[in-house]
Amino acid sequence: MTTQSATTQGQSEAKTGETLLSVRGMKMYFPVTSGLFVQRKVADVRAVDGISFDVKKGETLGLVGESGCGKSTTGRAILQLHRPTEGSVNFDGTELTELKGAGLRRFRRRMQMIFQDPFSSLNPRMSVAQIISEPLAIHGLYKGAERRDRLDYILNAVGLNPTYARRYPHEFSGGQRQRIGIGRALAVEPDFIVCDEPVSALDVSIQAQVVNLLEDLQSQFDLTYLFIAHDLSVVKHISDRIAVMYLGHIVELAEADELYLNPTHAYTRALLSAIPIPDPIVERERERIILEGDVPSPLNPPKGCVFRTRCTKKDQCKCSDTVPVLEEVEPGHWVANCPCCMTK
Amino acid sequence: MARLLEVEDLQTYFFTDEGTVRAVDGVSWGIDEGETLALVGESGCGKSVTAMSILRLIPNPPGRIVGGSITFDGLDLLNVSDAEMRAIRGNRIAMIFQEPMTSLNPVLTIGQQIREAVQLHLGMNDEESTQKAIELLTMVGIPEAEQRIQDYPHQFSGGMRQRVMIAMALSCDPKLLIADEPTTALDVTIQAQILEIMANLSSELGTAVLVITHNLGVVARYADRVNVMYAGQIVESGSAVDIFKNPQHAYTRGLMASVPRLDDTEHTRLATIEGQPPLLVQEINGCAFRPRCTKVSGCNCSTTKENNPKLVEIEPGHWVADCPCCMTVN
Repeated sequence: MTTQSATTQGQSEAKTGETLLSVRGMKMYFPVTSGLFVQRKVADVRAVDGISFDVKKGETLGLVGESGCGKSTTGRAILQLHRPTEGSVNFDGTELTELKGAGLRRFRRRMQMIFQDPFSSLNPRMSVAQIISEPLAIHGLYKGAERRDRLDYILNAVGLNPTYARRYPHEFSGGQRQRIGIGRALAVEPDFIVCDEPVSALDVSIQAQVVNLLEDLQSQFDLTYLFIAHDLSVVKHISDRIAVMYLGHIVELAEADELYLNPTHAYTRALLSAIPIPDPIVERERERIILEGDVPSPLNPPKGCVFRTRCTKKDQCKCSDTVPVLEEVEPGHWVANCPCCMTK
Repeated sequence: MARLLEVEDLQTYFFTDEGTVRAVDGVSWGIDEGETLALVGESGCGKSVTAMSILRLIPNPPGRIVGGSITFDGLDLLNVSDAEMRAIRGNRIAMIFQEPMTSLNPVLTIGQQIREAVQLHLGMNDEESTQKAIELLTMVGIPEAEQRIQDYPHQFSGGMRQRVMIAMALSCDPKLLIADEPTTALDVTIQAQILEIMANLSSELGTAVLVITHNLGVVARYADRVNVMYAGQIVESGSAVDIFKNPQHAYTRGLMASVPRLDDTEHTRLATIEGQPPLLVQEINGCAFRPRCTKVSGCNCSTTKENNPKLVEIEPGHWVADCPCCMTVN
């Protein structure tokens, strides 16, 4: 994917700022081993197979795709929680893949993560105060009495009553727990937050509260988000730009409205049409593209265009064995250039 | 259309150490033959317990159906014997569960699991039931069904397992199919496949479907009528168009407004319903939505049990709980 250059990627009018994060040709393979005494590598799970994108300061980049497409792995590999097999991750001018130990930890203060499951991502034996103070202790921020003030400030910012500080996670509802998780990420004043399905486990009315909170915090603290989710309606609501992933590849990347109004890759079109709109009159008139079959295994992905096994034109498909690269079809609108999958 | 199922003033309580949980507290509704009815609401509002009550699958203790009646095809389901109930379950009323991973038996082949139902209810022998299993799997779109009946659940993907569940549920040609969050665990493109299969088969076979979901998009696409549940009660009931185009109860309106729509062209802030649903261990006196109602300060609705809001018909077929604060004034 070399046709992509940092300067020409999609920019919304408000967010023409500088690039904060730049990912180039990132691959994340997980080895599959076999053997009882000598572990031999027999195959690779190609969770992320060469993706490139930029995230600008202050924007929200949405990352959508179905389970197993590599969207969470992408988020973790950026934070170096998994070490990418190949490729570069450049954060504000520093190559993260070359950092380790204390150097990497310094950068982790600037990059935080919010997890999907508000039940398993909080230690049940730690009080809210301990959960939110721990990252402050690790990074040596806000010592002594300042730390208590910081804790109160954070709890207020995420909409929790500071008197809850001594309570434990089980005393809170799902939405409140997600606020604690957001507070923990926010405590160390990060620039960049990977939100990995932050609202998927919540009920709709609670989901709206958390989405609004994330938007408020973004403008209050100048945050940059990578928002990972499978629910395209939520992603479209919160994101400036959206990248669509399929089987470890980005198949389309565009501004949120452009992607909805003008989807160009066959997979994006199917994904959009599969999401029902909560309006019976609109919804019953909508045309629906039903994809056949399932996503192939990332252990043995199809050669060339990864979408070829589910492509509606697969019978007359003339795509070759070369892997499609992202091509800019409109300013800021990038599509994997498989001749069968692209609408012209 | 004739009434297939009539639920009247159903009350299902769970007697726990913390107190009595009024999971379903006096709901009345019905479903016609061949109709698709959606039960909508957030977690803990009692939608699954309603479904389990119909099949009498409430674990006792701690749960018990303490009041009301359920009439299915002229039969009083709460007063038939266990043996009669077993003959109905999986035969005339079938159910699809949310988790296709855990609702199939991992040590039996798919074929054995489908054959079990048809042998039991339709009295088929091995050969007939095998034939039937192949037929059913083909019907739900599983390729090479002859081979696949010998496979175990772990050899199927999530979407395929849910197809197997549908095949099993439809094996005895049920009059009523209860689908409890049938696609929540699935990816969106697979969700579309499964819902399309369910909708096509139910209209072909004339099966009535009770679909339980929190996904308003799914409701908008497939349901004829909608019941909105909140805290164990129905707060609004009507045709899908009524509910989506003319929601009357404050909770229904809040729910509709809090969901981002794919076809929104401008970015507006999502509306939220502040607060949490009430804990059902406390008896709810008056309107259950009161603590979250935006008009609560000027609210003059009654707070006594006797004056709990009742459903009133505001236009033909459109019923709303008659709390004066929660209903739209027009």
